[in-house]
Amino acid sequence: MSTYAQKKGFGATVWDFLTTVDHKKIAILYLLAGGIFFVVGGLEAVFIRIQLAVPNNDFVSAGAFNEIITMHGTTMIFLAAMPILFGFMNAVMPLQIGARDVAFPFLNALGFWLFFFGGVFLNLSWFLGGAPDAGWTSYASLAIHSKGHGIDFYVLGLQISGLGTLIGGINFLATIINMRAPGMTYMRMPLFTWTTFVASALILFAFPPLTVGLVLMMFDRMFGSNFFVVANGGNTVIWEHLFWIFGHPEVYILVLPAFGIFSEIFSTFSRKRLFGYSSMVFATVLIGFLGFMVWAHHMFTTGLGPVANAIFAVATMAIGVPTGIKIFNWLFTMWGGSVKFTAPMHWAFAFIPSFIMGGVTGVMLAAAAADYQYHDTYFVVAHFHYVIVGGVVFSIFAGTTYWWPKIFGTMLNETLGKITFWLFFIGFHMTFFIQHFLGLWGMPRRVFTYLPGQGFDTANMISSIGALFMSLGVIALLINVVVTSVKNVKVGDDPWGDGRTLEWSISSPPPFYNFKQLPLVRGLDAFWIEKMEGKKGMIPAEPLGDIHMPNASFLPFIMAMGLFIAAFGALYHGEHSWSILVIIIGLLVTFGAMFVRSVKDDHGFHIHKEELMDDNDKGVKA
Amino acid sequence: MANQQTNSGNPRVDLEYRRRKSAEEMRYQVVSFSLMIFLTLVAFAAVAMKGSAWFTVPFIILLAFVQVVFQLYYFMHMSHKGHEAPSLFLYSGLFVGLITVLTFMTIVWW
Repeated sequence: MSTYAQKKGFGATVWDFLTTVDHKKIAILYLLAGGIFFVVGGLEAVFIRIQLAVPNNDFVSAGAFNEIITMHGTTMIFLAAMPILFGFMNAVMPLQIGARDVAFPFLNALGFWLFFFGGVFLNLSWFLGGAPDAGWTSYASLAIHSKGHGIDFYVLGLQISGLGTLIGGINFLATIINMRAPGMTYMRMPLFTWTTFVASALILFAFPPLTVGLVLMMFDRMFGSNFFVVANGGNTVIWEHLFWIFGHPEVYILVLPAFGIFSEIFSTFSRKRLFGYSSMVFATVLIGFLGFMVWAHHMFTTGLGPVANAIFAVATMAIGVPTGIKIFNWLFTMWGGSVKFTAPMHWAFAFIPSFIMGGVTGVMLAAAAADYQYHDTYFVVAHFHYVIVGGVVFSIFAGTTYWWPKIFGTMLNETLGKITFWLFFIGFHMTFFIQHFLGLWGMPRRVFTYLPGQGFDTANMISSIGALFMSLGVIALLINVVVTSVKNVKVGDDPWGDGRTLEWSISSPPPFYNFKQLPLVRGLDAFWIEKMEGKKGMIPAEPLGDIHMPNASFLPFIMAMGLFIAAFGALYHGEHSWSILVIIIGLLVTFGAMFVRSVKDDHGFHIHKEELMDDNDKGVKA
Repeated sequence: MANQQTNSGNPRVDLEYRRRKSAEEMRYQVVSFSLMIFLTLVAFAAVAMKGSAWFTVPFIILLAFVQVVFQLYYFMHMSHKGHEAPSLFLYSGLFVGLITVLTFMTIVWW
């Protein structure tokens, strides 16, 4: 099976990616699919800003505006930010712990295809009678009464893609617990691996409440139950609780890996060990822990009562402490370091003040009494865009630039990277800083237009111009990607020159088995330690031997496609006579594929020692 | 773990130790098994006595909790080494679940 070096046609490449179980290829799939959804979500954002640029605008209708804001939020969180971060986790985390793949390569592929089909299903709503229109939180009191199939698309699409996310999270946990290279103790793991670990644990505990909520909503909408229907004795607030028990940890699922990416970048380009490594780990775990005790701060105005509001307000403010620890550690990492302002470092540097601003408004919103004023205004919109764009999206740009050479073997253009940064950075603050004031002046969230002469005109225009700058930034990145790929100048193992962690000790892109011999890890920043002792690479922890690899499989694709088909049946349940048949066919496809997977033995294959020795003797790497 | 490979040059020494360990393990299992049967009988008795529900329900839940601990630690070997990660996740999950239940009991269905 040493076919990986052969030149392949287009069809063969597509088939390769459809059947791959290799974590590096799945990472590329995640980045590609997540990137496409990011552009879709970004276009929706642009439509929102065009509509709101001038008062009394009729660029889109009120109904379409509701659909656009709902799909913007849902797409960005579930289909763009999380999958792109999953892409980085897949690409980098196994390399950082010195593993040859994730613990369950087959499940890894299944997780991706479930996410992908769920996302496609959700977006097909645009063409099949209208998108969901009850906001990304889809509060039951509104969602139950939504006409058309929009909410059904939301419920079924998120259910399928959520399943994929859960599978991915469990896979990462098993990988980090079981597959660390010799010497890689927990307290020697790079911070991106640590944040992947904690984020995966959060996925494990946070996604089941969402699954439950979505199932209840599905039964209410499609099968006539009354969980959230107040008129029949249901309780609509339960949806809000279930959603936010998931939804609050979800924001940490997004931002913790972002913290991990920035931690790697800060220490790499300050050419210093991360300041306060153990306190960083502690803070990461503490944020994950506290993340489960604060969800009701999204519901202060629901009428939980003063005691509940006070408890959740104090718990929320407590999260500021570990986050503050992190901020100071990053600053101290740069302090006294020999800082190199590369494009990723630009993002990391700008992230600190941007994220702090989002954090400060977060503490303001956490004060329950004050929240009654801020609630449902643009102040909230400004706050969460400051944390999610200033934290997560910055980290996505930074991570893309930082790990691009490791994933694709070429280096993105630094100048274009910095142009991307400045366009996006200026655009971001222009768009969202003014929205704090719009909120304080009284502009409510989720309104499709506003009247002239209320003092909102100029501020909204400024905000919309900012969105233009952000779009130009994204376009600059896309140009950069195309130019770099066309030039196709290959780079070496450690193209930044200052790589500290194990991923930089192997070729770019890594061979499909990652490590010929598992490396021996002698401390934090394992590769840096070896470099400082004048060694070229890692000390092997094992003699050269056969490597066991999993076979590629088309089954994950089929399993996910079965659920995709079944979802259409459920969607049209009670409307068309064929719906039950479609559900049955879809489930048969899924369970049939699972059955094949169970009974057919698939032992994988071995790369033999001799094959590995060949290129060792020639002195070149695969 | 119970089925760990011996790495001693002298298998006799190790075997004796392991035999003693297994006997000890067996004793714990028998003791906890009889305790579990006893607790089950107590639970049935508590229901049969037809006392106040305010006593019976919490009492049975308490017994069930004890039984779960026995089950996990003596029958599923969570007391052994190498189970730190599972217990961490088990307790974290329990914590998250109980907070949810507590919230629902206090502020949703007040």
